[in-house]
Amino acid sequence: MRQYFGRKLFIYGLTFVAAVTVNWMIPRFMPGDPVASMLARARVSQPEAVEAMRAYYISLFGFDQPVWQQYLNFWGAMFRGDFGISIYVFPTPVTDLILGAVPYTLGLMIPAVLLSYWAGNRLGAFAARRQLLDNSVLPVGYILTATPYMWLAVLLAWGLGVVAGWFPVAGGYAFSLQPSWSWPFIESLLHHWALPFLSLFLVALGGWAIGMRNMIIYELESDYSTYLAALGAPARLIRRYAYRNAMLPQITGLALQLGVLVAGALVTEIVFSYPGIGSLILKAIQNQDFFLLQGSFMFIVVGVLVANFIIDIVYVLIDPRTRTGMAGAQA
Amino acid sequence: MQTRARILIPLLAAGLAAAACTGGGGAAAPTPDTTEAASAPADANAGGLPRNETLYTTGTQWGPPANFNPIREWDSATGTKGLVYETLFHYDPNEAKLVPWIAESGSWADDKTYEVKVRQGVTWADGKPLTAKDVAFSYSLGKMETVPFHNMWDWLENVEATDDQTVRFTFSDARYQEWDYNLYSRVIVPEHIWGGLSEEDVLNGVNENPVGSGAYSYQSHDQDRVVWVKRDGWWGKDALGMDPKPKYIVDVATPSNEVAMGMLLQKGLDLSNNFLPGVSNLINGNFGITSYYNEPPYMLSANTAWLVPNTTKKPMDDPAFRKALATSVDVKKIVEGVYGNLVKEASPTGLLPQWDQFVDQGVVSSDGFTFSTDEAKKMLADAGYRDRDGDGLVENKDGSKISLTIEVPTGWTDWMEAARVIAASGKAAGIEITPEFPDFNALVENRSKGNFDLIINNERQLSSSPWTYYDYMFNLPIQKTQNTVNFGRYENKEAWKLVQELDGVKTDDIEGMKEVISKIQKIHLDEMPIIPLWYNGLWAQSSNSTWKNWPSSAEGAPKYAATMWRNWMELGGFETLTQLQPAAD
Repeated sequence: MRQYFGRKLFIYGLTFVAAVTVNWMIPRFMPGDPVASMLARARVSQPEAVEAMRAYYISLFGFDQPVWQQYLNFWGAMFRGDFGISIYVFPTPVTDLILGAVPYTLGLMIPAVLLSYWAGNRLGAFAARRQLLDNSVLPVGYILTATPYMWLAVLLAWGLGVVAGWFPVAGGYAFSLQPSWSWPFIESLLHHWALPFLSLFLVALGGWAIGMRNMIIYELESDYSTYLAALGAPARLIRRYAYRNAMLPQITGLALQLGVLVAGALVTEIVFSYPGIGSLILKAIQNQDFFLLQGSFMFIVVGVLVANFIIDIVYVLIDPRTRTGMAGAQA
Repeated sequence: MQTRARILIPLLAAGLAAAACTGGGGAAAPTPDTTEAASAPADANAGGLPRNETLYTTGTQWGPPANFNPIREWDSATGTKGLVYETLFHYDPNEAKLVPWIAESGSWADDKTYEVKVRQGVTWADGKPLTAKDVAFSYSLGKMETVPFHNMWDWLENVEATDDQTVRFTFSDARYQEWDYNLYSRVIVPEHIWGGLSEEDVLNGVNENPVGSGAYSYQSHDQDRVVWVKRDGWWGKDALGMDPKPKYIVDVATPSNEVAMGMLLQKGLDLSNNFLPGVSNLINGNFGITSYYNEPPYMLSANTAWLVPNTTKKPMDDPAFRKALATSVDVKKIVEGVYGNLVKEASPTGLLPQWDQFVDQGVVSSDGFTFSTDEAKKMLADAGYRDRDGDGLVENKDGSKISLTIEVPTGWTDWMEAARVIAASGKAAGIEITPEFPDFNALVENRSKGNFDLIINNERQLSSSPWTYYDYMFNLPIQKTQNTVNFGRYENKEAWKLVQELDGVKTDDIEGMKEVISKIQKIHLDEMPIIPLWYNGLWAQSSNSTWKNWPSSAEGAPKYAATMWRNWMELGGFETLTQLQPAAD
């Protein structure tokens, strides 16, 4: 057991170092000079003023130090939770911006991924081998997964938002409110959350349902099911065994989904103007704000690694073969 | 067990992921209001802002509000200047004159001395009086090298408060036109707060609790909005007889076009100052959405979109080629095809319709250009640009190929289409032009360093004087990086001398201005260093559901510019607020 986790942790550590390094490198070696574009935005034409401002910003962002020093500074600052100052939302610290956006993204993505996973699996398992359900769930599932996400989202926003007027089309909460733990605020939060959530939920649901249905059919036709049936076991019991076996590939799928959790919300957040990490990343790219970009990517990297680690633990819990394998390795 | 496990696993994963992700992000679990100012009053929150007292606007702020520092004129939250901080004067483009604001009056005591009388009874939000000292202090901030209006001190020699109400500006070189522009562009900040700040704080401070003299004060902000609240006891209510009607102004960070359109239709927005393609359908339809005109061009004109050739490169260094290029562009096709008549074709001088009186029609008819593919072909041939290899496209005089690119920022869909039209009409006349769409920052960099062939630019806005346009065209000397003016790096000492001469003409001497401008216009039209294309609109779509009496061309309606854009509050944006009426009445 220790060896298993030791190895996993080592790999994660290595991945982390590599990811941080790449993350640090990309913006620095990207074409374009953020200080220059900042000065261009400042509409300063006076050469002395331009030089004074340039020198000031270069030292503020630490670009005047040797590259290896910048790299070490980056690591040091990162462990203090300091990702620098945003260029685009100057002079707000990047950490503040990300922390302001994270609750929206996680609040949207975690329920969407997990609920669609749960509901999709149940639906798929239920539909398998039931003619009537199968004939309806399968095509609907295919349509949902094949729908371009952007299109579905815009359609929902237009239909339920603009035309029916049931849901707002922009923002994380009503533009007339300020955050507080009051009932109107929470209600408004949920109201704004509903449409983006629904769009994510619907699109993911179809995929899970189809996957599960196919897996169940496969399991029900495998030898152990046939043998159980021959022994006279009730259909309910057989399905339960089939379900647990069919679950394993789905869990792997979930790991992947959780991995892209944060980045996956990008399109959703743009369509519904939802103030999460996705909108922030888009703006950071558009404005060449590479501190913000770095911070957001770091957050995603950590998210992916943590999600994978959790799935590793879950695997040990649900798949006896992993446990046996570990015991065997130790023996 | 099985059933429980099945439900529990995802829940467990959720809990772990949530705990771990936020932990890994670097701090304790955040609440949604981390960006909220702690000082926000709680009472406004009970049921939210009352709809009938709140004005919702968008189209000014392109991202999260960055700071509330009025010295950072380029990225402070819009409204910082105009709603919270004020200027000595406003400018009325219709009457073409300065409107005294904090200043009671201002006049030239002699050719190099300007005296401003500050109004009695103007107070800051903290109750302290605004005096001549504050005005002198604010203009003195420009002595700091990193302050954007530092260059004013090249020609401004001294500013002093001679008594509590009088400020005297002494100039080493009186630039009357430029000075008028500064009078309504520079904010006045309180000396008792800003006096103690270092240069670094002045330039880079967030100023999260702005204390201004304006009608509104800061209430709260978040990633996608800023909320301003009307201040009781604003001095202007009595002194100016003006009273902005909305109690709250919520400035929503500009969302995508679809979302802005959706919000407007849902009546969640009162004023949208962004370009909405096809908005004429909404204005003509029965959607309760209005704009300044209810027929083309629908909007007032705000600035000129120019085609800027890089005059340091061949063949754009040849005036004859530039004139032929100007003649080849089918602007009508852009106006109709790309914009659906939401914009107007520019005059050959590029001066905005508000400056019509300064256009010398004689010069325009003798030296101007009009679109004609045949004429462009002829001009090219006359100048020695001929098609030598028979591909239908002309070559340089030395026989080398001409292959130009026109760059506009990617994602600016209307400009991208316009660039395609320009490329196509250039090709029709025999000039090979290829549209390219780099990202905005890359384009800015190319532009400032002069690494481009052709670009479209519209950064100069309507102002108190055409001088700002000519400064933009002819400014010399050429620097290593050209950040704001003369992107085409056009060098013409004579023209620049005339522009400076224009700067030295007093702003009430219209005839004198016309005389100099006519000479500049002749050079512009003969040399064509920059080619006017169309007048971009002052995009303003308003909804009548909560507020009415929006500015429009209709009789009896206010004639102000209905916009909250940066630097436009002083050009009629604020005045618009004072004219609104609740729709319920």
